[in-house]
This record gives sequence, structure tokens and C-alpha cells, in this order.
Amino acid sequence: MEYLVVFLPLLSSFISGFLGNKIGSRNCSIIASFLILTSAILSLIIFYNVFNNNYVANHLIFKWISSGSFIVNWSIYIDSLTAVMLVVISLISSLIHFYSIGYMSHDPHKERFMSYLSLFTFSMLVLVTADNFLQLFFGWEGVGLCSYLLIGFWYKKPSANAAAIKAFLVNRVGDFGLAIGIFLIFLFYGSVNYNEVFLQTSLLTNKTISFLGAEINLITLICVMLFIGAMGKSAQIFLHTWLPDAMEGPTPVSALIHAATMVTAGVFLVVRCSPIFEFSSTALNIVTIIGMTTAFFAGTIAVVQTDIKKIIAYSTCSQLGYMFFAAGVGAYHVAMFHLFTHAFFKALLFLGSGCVIHSFKDEQDIRLMGGVWKRIPFTYILMIIGTLALTGFPFLSGYYSKDAIIEFAYLRGSNIGYAAAFIGIITALLTAIYSWRLIFLTFHGKYNNKDIKISSVHESPLIMLLPATILAVGAVFSGLLFKEMFIGSNSNEFWNNSILFLHSPFHDHPPTWLLALTPAIVILAIPISYYLFVINKKIVAKLVIKNMSLHKFLINKWYFDELYNFIFVNPIKNAGTFLWKKFDILIIDRFGPDGLSRLIKFFSDKAVIFQSGYLYHYAFVMLVGFSIILTYLILIK
Amino acid sequence: MNEIGLGHYLTLSAIIFSIGVIGIFLNRKNIIIILMSIELILLSVNINLVSFSIYLQDLVGQIFTMFILTVAAAEAAVGLAIIVIYYKNKGSIQVEHIKNLKG
Repeated sequence: MEYLVVFLPLLSSFISGFLGNKIGSRNCSIIASFLILTSAILSLIIFYNVFNNNYVANHLIFKWISSGSFIVNWSIYIDSLTAVMLVVISLISSLIHFYSIGYMSHDPHKERFMSYLSLFTFSMLVLVTADNFLQLFFGWEGVGLCSYLLIGFWYKKPSANAAAIKAFLVNRVGDFGLAIGIFLIFLFYGSVNYNEVFLQTSLLTNKTISFLGAEINLITLICVMLFIGAMGKSAQIFLHTWLPDAMEGPTPVSALIHAATMVTAGVFLVVRCSPIFEFSSTALNIVTIIGMTTAFFAGTIAVVQTDIKKIIAYSTCSQLGYMFFAAGVGAYHVAMFHLFTHAFFKALLFLGSGCVIHSFKDEQDIRLMGGVWKRIPFTYILMIIGTLALTGFPFLSGYYSKDAIIEFAYLRGSNIGYAAAFIGIITALLTAIYSWRLIFLTFHGKYNNKDIKISSVHESPLIMLLPATILAVGAVFSGLLFKEMFIGSNSNEFWNNSILFLHSPFHDHPPTWLLALTPAIVILAIPISYYLFVINKKIVAKLVIKNMSLHKFLINKWYFDELYNFIFVNPIKNAGTFLWKKFDILIIDRFGPDGLSRLIKFFSDKAVIFQSGYLYHYAFVMLVGFSIILTYLILIK
Repeated sequence: MNEIGLGHYLTLSAIIFSIGVIGIFLNRKNIIIILMSIELILLSVNINLVSFSIYLQDLVGQIFTMFILTVAAAEAAVGLAIIVIYYKNKGSIQVEHIKNLKG
């Protein structure tokens, strides 16, 4: 069964990739969708098993590398952590496969799309079912590759190609860190298998090594390196720049890869490595600080963006920040819970925005929408549900997970915990503002689009609305149903040692004012946003004019792209141009191939004079030559 | 009167050979003349062979000449055939017009 869960997506990828031409694009979309659906159902069964029977298993596929003491297997490792990820990945992937049948119906390359999407699902499943760091790295790179292929899916658009390359390159930076982390682990532990590594960690806590001229604690260094990998994949601040650009890809891709699954791989890595991270409070503090900075910073940018998908992308970035600081304060299970609920409502928001974009015939600018909620009521309701869940409206999924993060951060009791809780509350307010701004500008107010008639805005087909509806159900109930299991007082039984807590998490009650604060802010934000963005838009306009420089700073995304262009991209580009123009063309080519060919041409131009074409010239030369040879031979003898 | 000896034959052959060579170079008109000149060069060689064969009392030289004559006949036939075809294609066998090999 575990084998089927992992390999059905691969089969589906092969069928659409290699046989797509023969069986037709419609058939192969349907086959792919049903194969992934089967995989999803099987992983639900596994999840049920894990939940009820504390099922833990390690299925060996085959031995991958066996070189002396270095033994690495391909295997499928199932524990509670993996089971949660399996459900998230395969369930959302199958829904998005179905959604894509509708969304991509006008695209001529449906087979290719389905093939990439299934291949992505396979890589992601390999990543989460790994029992060693090397297999994890394989999956890690696999999802990176699929992300690259899917962002650049519309390869005729230069912006899509640029975004794909950017995503790939920025991820390389993170992967470099991850690779160094894995090297260090192998160097000092002598193994890359989780079991052996996690068992030995407590023995190595006092070891220091010199790195870049400084003495650093080994565990801290390993954790920081692994976390750099996680930052790249999960678009944390400094390595986040690829995520907004990645919205160039088709919307189902954004929903699956850049919201629900791939970007959460970083969180998964940190939680999976909790037995290492727990031994380094420095590393955990770094995780917390990066997480909360990202949460806040992405939230501020999302407030001023105008592209519907970019707003949601920054929102994803911000929510990933929440997950990281939850892990940083030691509440790994809450991070996983937020990952779980976030997958539902963020995928829902993306699918909803896909429906909006579909209805507006590929328009993505929310300033060119508005007032259409009566025309597309079903999409509107889906988006509202997604937004309520995201902002943490009471009793929807986001409420349980996000508030739990803030509470756990507060209960941590340290300064950094209080800071994280504070940032968490501020970010919750920002989240509410940008989410409702998105809703109100898109669906309420005046209709602003001059190119498309309002009468031609129509509801999306059922094949798109149905998967979104299922996600909406998940977005509403996943918090309520799974709260007790994931983060309740008996959650340790469910996690069953897949997460290590050195300090067992607090289950006492936070102060009441804290419990009430976030929901109150979130609820109050709705009428305030309605007033600001629909009834009285002048206040916002005035605010923008008053704080022009701040607005510009936010609109330009804190100038991160410009900074990176200035520091990295342009110098490298200039150095490349210099070497190309001066070194390659002027020196190597000039004296190498070009010079040689010019030399040969010079001599052959001289030699060609002999070739007059007249027979008697040839005969004459022949005779003269013959006589010379003859004379020579006679004189020699 | 001296008897006609080896020297006379060799002189004759040398003269014929020179006529052939000069014929190739000085001829600017007709390609058939080149063919004839080559034939002359070949014959002068034959004369050499025959005269030495008699001088050395060795029959091999004469047998060799018979072979050369046979081959020369075949070669002349091939050469003429090529010229005929060439004329059909180009409409001229003037030597100065034949310079397709010019580089």
C-alpha cells in the first residue's frame, strides 16, 4: 500500500509524459487525476492506521549506496509526521489535478502539465517518506526541478522563464546550505540515516569545530546549515525573492507547489530534525527570529500589492514565517498543525483566485476588478471562506492553528517568545487587512474593468469549483476536527516520538486577554477594512500620499530585488560580460580557433593561384616536377 | 654509311617524346591534339623498349610493348569517349574553355 502511494504518481507522470500523444490529452488528464486520487485515498488509510494503531514502519525498496560503513537505502518510512504530510500532499495534489482539467482546458500542452504535476507529487512523497538525509535531498531537488519546470510552463513568456531561473538559482543557495549540513552530519556522525543520527545527537552537544575561522558548536552549525536549506525552499526572508515571481506559473501550480506543499518542505525538514534542533537553543532562536521577521515583513508587503496572486504569495510567505517561529519556540507540533490547516485554506484561496482570473479572462490586477460578487457568487463564497480561515476567524481552521502558535510563543516565557507572540499578533492584524482588502477590491465596490464587459464575467465550470469546495470544507473543519489530535493535551500519543521535545510543551492556559485578543482584532478588521476599501477610499489615498516614501518602500518589496541586483546579479553579469567580450573574444578566440583559421585561409589563398584550371599548366608542372626528381636521383647515385 | 644502331633509335624516340611534350604545352586549340600528343609520348617509350630489347637480346621488352599498345588502344578509346560526352555537354572542346578546375 505504501508503495502504491508513492509510485502511482510516478506512473501517472510516465503515462501522461510518454503516452500522452497516443491516448489524448483529455484521457490522460483523467487517468492522472484518478491515479493521484487513489494515492490520496490510500494515504488517508495510512493516516487512519497511524492515528489508531500508532503504526510505524520502514519499507525498504532497495539498497541505494553501500560503500564501507556508508549505507543508504531507498525506503518508505512511515510515522506520524510522514502520515500527516502524505495526506496533505496527495489529497491536495489530487484535488488540484482535477481542478487543472478545467483550468488548463484551453492549453495545448495539457499532457506535459499533468506529467510535471504528477512528477512533482512523486518527488514530494519521496521527500517526506525518506528515512535518511540523502533520499530527502533527492526529493528536495526533485521538487525544485518540478517547480522550475512548472513556473516556466508557459515557456514562450520571457517573464515566466526569468522567474523559473530565479526560483532555481535562489533555491540553489539554500540547497548549498542543506548539502553542507548533510556533509557535516556524515562527517561527524558517520551516517545519514535518521535513526542513527538522532540517537547520537545527545552525545555530540559539546563538540565544537572551527568554521570560517570561528569556533562554533557543531550542532548549532549543522542546524543553521539545514535551516538555510529550509529558508530557500520555504521562501524565508533573504531567500524569499523567488516566491512572488513564481506566480508566473499557472494558478494550480501556485496552489499546489507554492502554497500547500513544496514551500512547506522547509518546515517539515525543521520538524523532522527536531531531535537535532532541540539540542541547540542558538539555532532555535535563529529560526524564531527569521520566522517572525518573515511573517511581519511579508505581511507588510502584501498590504500594498495589486496582483491578486502576489498578495496570496506574500501571505504564504508570512504564514510560513508563523510555522517557523512556532518550530523555533519548540512547538513543532503546532507548526505541523498550522502547515496542515494552511495547506487547505491557502490552496483554496489560490484555486479561488484561479477562478477569479479565469472569469476575468487572465486579468490579475485587483484594481481592474470589483463589484462582481453577484456575477460569480460561488467563487465569492469560496474566497470568503478561505479568507476567514486564513485570518483566523473564530472556529475556522486558521483560528485554531494560528492562535495556538501565538499562545505557545507566549507560554514559552522567554523574551524571544514574547517578541514572537507580539509579532504574531501584529501580523495577524496585517493578514486580516490585506486579505479583506483583496476581497473588497475584487468583489465589491465599482466595476473597474474597461476591457471586459461585466456581463461576460461568468462562473467557472463545475470541475474547477468542486475541488475548491472540498478544500473549503477542509478549511472550515480541519482545525476543529484535528485540534485535539495534533496539539491537544494528549498529542504526544499521536506524534509517537516522531518529534522530540526536550522541554515538554506547556498545556496550561494562557491568560484570557491573550486568547481573546487575536480573534477580536481579526473580527474588528473586517468592518474597518470594509470602510477603508469600499465606503471611504479617500482615507487610504490620503494615507498613501502622506506616507509616500513608506508606500514606495512597500510597493518595491523592501527593495530586496534591487539590493540583490546591486550586490550579486549586476557584478556577476558585468564580470561575465567582461570575460566574454575581452577575454574570450579578444584573447582566446583571436589566437585560438579564429587565428588558426585565418592563417590557413591566408596560405590557401596563395596556393589557389596555382589552380589555373588549364590542362597544360598541370601537365607542365607535372613534367617539371618529374624532371627535378629525376635529376635529383641521378645526381645522388 | 654507318649502320643504323641503338643511338639512332634512341634519338628518334627522344625527338618523338619532345614533340609530344611540346604538343601538350603549345597546343591551345583542341583537346584531341593533347590526346594525340600523349599517344606520341607513349609510342616513343615503346620505341625505346623495342630497341633495348633487341640490343640486349631480351624478348621481355617486346612483349611489354605489345601490352602497352593494347592498353594504349583501350585508353585512347576511353579518352575519346570522354571527349565526345564532354562536347555533348559543353558544346566545345577548345582547350582554353576547359578550366573547370580553376580554384
